[in-house]
Amino acid sequence: MLLITCPFCGPRPELEFGYAGEAHVVRAQDPRDVSDSQWTEYLYQRSNVRGVHAERWRHAHGCAQFFNALRDTTTDHFVATYRIGESRPDAAVEAGR
Amino acid sequence: MAETMARLHPLAAVKTVADPHLVAQGPMGRFSLRLSPTAAPPPLGALGLSLPLAPCRAAQSETAAALWLGPGEWLLLTAPERAPAVEAALRAELAGQAFSLVEISHRQTGFSLSGPRAAQRLNAGCPLDLDLASFPVGMCTRTVFAKAEIVLWRTGAEQFHIEVWRSFVPYLWELLVIVGAETS
Repeated sequence: MLLITCPFCGPRPELEFGYAGEAHVVRAQDPRDVSDSQWTEYLYQRSNVRGVHAERWRHAHGCAQFFNALRDTTTDHFVATYRIGESRPDAAVEAGR
Repeated sequence: MAETMARLHPLAAVKTVADPHLVAQGPMGRFSLRLSPTAAPPPLGALGLSLPLAPCRAAQSETAAALWLGPGEWLLLTAPERAPAVEAALRAELAGQAFSLVEISHRQTGFSLSGPRAAQRLNAGCPLDLDLASFPVGMCTRTVFAKAEIVLWRTGAEQFHIEVWRSFVPYLWELLVIVGAETS
């Protein structure tokens, strides 16, 4: 079974996790300040990466926490996982996968 | 004449077979305790223990146990008759900081599973690595057993405590009995 490393609990079986969409999608502080096209982009436009993709996961049947992961969408390999609030690991991590 | 309501065990309607290694436990006092993940929790005199801060670890005293379920989240277990007193004492001890203490005694039921094949039996439905090196005594976690969410706590090398929500009790029981027959 695919193992996903939860930043709190360590390596756990995939069954315990839920996918929660692309990571680092920033919501405007005040939606009234942005144009319709910017708001549309925030709501609907996703990068749909072929390769390493930053995405949110939740350890739903474990510690129940959300975290971010870098996953290669072509191989399903998890390059790295990191806590919410931390910045995306740099290219060296991605290159060393 | 007034009739008295009696609380039934979730297995009361299930035809159970005797299994020396699988024991459904009676009533227990349970609480869900949430604190800020960044706050340092005080030692809880009401339970006679300090909350475990290491991920997936349980702390035990003579009268109670505290299981780490997530950052700032613990499952507290105590004897049913002590539950009201423990709740009052905990509220007094935690006063002054943000916390949530919810009694969930009747939400779930406890099982104890033991024997040399206990881990093998669990692995029929639970994909965790239950080797003693990776799941040592004192480790606890929320996880899954087949389609049911459980809390699994290793209390001995060949001894597990399982907590499962009430409506999943017959499902979990019957699966564990079937698996027990196949692995014995």
